[in-house]
Amino acid sequence: MGFVLILMPILMGGLAAAVPSNRLRPWLLPLTAMAHSALSILAISNPELGSSGQWLVLDPPGKLILLVVSALFLACSFYSVGYLKHRMERSNRIFVACLLVFLGVMSLVTWAHHLGLMWVAIEATTLSTAPLIYFNRSKRSIEATWKYLLVGSVGIALALLGTFFLAYSALPAGLTPSLTYSELLQNAPQLSKSWLRAAFVLLLIGYGTKMGLAPMHTWKPDAYGEAPGVVGAVLAGGVTSCAFLAFLRIYHVCIVAGEAAFVSRLLLFMGLFSMAVAGLFMIGQRDFKRMLAYSSVEHMGILMAGLGIGGPALFGTMLHVVTNGATKGVLFLSAGNIHRAYESKSTELVRGAMRRLPLSGALFLAGFLAITGSPPFGPFVSEFAILNGAFDAGRYLVAGLFLLFLLVVFVGMGKTVLKVVQGRVPSEVQDTPYRDGILTAAPILALMAVVLLLGLYIPAPLGRLLREAVAFLELPK
Amino acid sequence: MIELLNALLVIVLVLNLFALGNSRILSVIRIVAVQGALLGVIPLLVHERITTPALIAAVAAIGLKGIAIPAIMIRSLRAAEIKREVEPLVGLLPSIILGALATAVVLLFSRKLGAASEAASNMIIPASISTVLVGFILLITRFKALSQVLGYLVLENGIFIFGMLLIEAIPLVVEMGLLLDLFVGIFVISIITNHINQAFSSMDTRELVSLKE
Repeated sequence: MGFVLILMPILMGGLAAAVPSNRLRPWLLPLTAMAHSALSILAISNPELGSSGQWLVLDPPGKLILLVVSALFLACSFYSVGYLKHRMERSNRIFVACLLVFLGVMSLVTWAHHLGLMWVAIEATTLSTAPLIYFNRSKRSIEATWKYLLVGSVGIALALLGTFFLAYSALPAGLTPSLTYSELLQNAPQLSKSWLRAAFVLLLIGYGTKMGLAPMHTWKPDAYGEAPGVVGAVLAGGVTSCAFLAFLRIYHVCIVAGEAAFVSRLLLFMGLFSMAVAGLFMIGQRDFKRMLAYSSVEHMGILMAGLGIGGPALFGTMLHVVTNGATKGVLFLSAGNIHRAYESKSTELVRGAMRRLPLSGALFLAGFLAITGSPPFGPFVSEFAILNGAFDAGRYLVAGLFLLFLLVVFVGMGKTVLKVVQGRVPSEVQDTPYRDGILTAAPILALMAVVLLLGLYIPAPLGRLLREAVAFLELPK
Repeated sequence: MIELLNALLVIVLVLNLFALGNSRILSVIRIVAVQGALLGVIPLLVHERITTPALIAAVAAIGLKGIAIPAIMIRSLRAAEIKREVEPLVGLLPSIILGALATAVVLLFSRKLGAASEAASNMIIPASISTVLVGFILLITRFKALSQVLGYLVLENGIFIFGMLLIEAIPLVVEMGLLLDLFVGIFVISIITNHINQAFSSMDTRELVSLKE
């Protein structure tokens, strides 16, 4: 099953490169996404389909990320068809092919149980998304792509060095070095402490770059700002979740090795620092797509802080991966629509989106309320669970700072978002023919419904999956 | 075997300093190519017997690091009719001194790293870490897009050296995946550098300043 989920999208990508029609080609996206979602649900619900050999195993955290990635991609695939209809002036061959390959390598990340293979897959997500960021072919998008590639590649190279250190940490103890996840967990208590710590720091920097933790987040506002909205959505909901999963593997090994205190200090620092930096840069932000990038930095910080608190906050952290992924989809896709309708993303020009695009404007506002943790939406539940965990663990200072930064973000982000959606359209803004269509609005509505549902009640199968993932992480093998 | 291995690693370290001190991009590409090809030989020396997977890995590494990647870079250098000087942030001599200092410090302190006994006798760990550091110096102190890519390649070479200690942990499939990622990465990066050159009439990354807070 693993092979099918990984290879099918890649082969469809090859097919997309061969299809000559610019009009028909985008339909391969929803076609593949639907097949991928159906197969993913099949693999998640049938344990006997959950492994293909020793290296491809679908464990509970992997299942969770696979679910997020597949569902988000499904929504984005329909949206892409609508989006590309407006971009018929240029070839979408590379765009469609790269998106499909990207889905394949993301699936590989969720299945990989060999940390070397997982590294290869994470690096492949960087390479397959670079052409997507460059879709607009402007000077600014070249700059964004260049920074994305260089910062991303160097960061991920450090993660490779960290992976090697991790394997090497078995040698001083007289064990055979291995990068298989299960063997690492088994050997974890005997691994050399100094090499393990060095590996952890390098991997935190490496995969942290990919997640966009401050201070390695510099590529993020540029890439998310210049890429089409749909690319922003798959980057902010997909790539970051995959990088988080990669990091989760290392975290797990370190916890089993008895390094919880060391790991937790570093994670809390990185997490809270990212939240603070994101909050500061959001205040007075005039570009609403860059603002969303800082929101993504903030939420990666929340995930790290959640892991740092550990134990009682783990359930909230895993739930937050899901709620953050879905809400980021709503925000980036509706921001993409607003960007199209105004041909600008500066709040100087973009005002009164509620009048010009009633649906996208309203969804953008609802997405903002959700992502900043207002009830009754999903992120409220997950952030509240993390906060609760912090109190349970007796970390009052962490909880206080967490709340303070959430407040700063709410105020900073709110100012920009309200400027965009409220008021009337400035007279100097030219009228564009773009209006909400079924393909560009329905996927956002669907994602928003998911965000709302998660805030009201967690469906039983998802709840079970979350508890399994937490139990898996707490398992001292 | 071990003397030959150490001799090769010393050459790799000397090439690091050459790469730091050379003023022409074309020469630096060639230096990094020679370094890459030498690294391809190392997997054959680390272990007693030469196995088929080791041979495949060696051939692939030499082919990619020594021939294919340098060829791509030389092509994009030709396509870009730029001044072919590296124009570093820090002068060439200071950057050599910096690189030499970093190498010396790593060599001196490598004994304290608590390495396993079999690795202590050869220079793999210090050579790897100092090559990574030289890669960083190149990345940070150069402005031309292609020079920065060369820094990234040297960094990757350093990591590759470390990988030599872990033949058992890194199966052939993963090794090929690593090389494929590197190759595709350089391929995509050189396409982007060509576009930088066309759009900005220069490969100077100091031109890339329109996106900031």
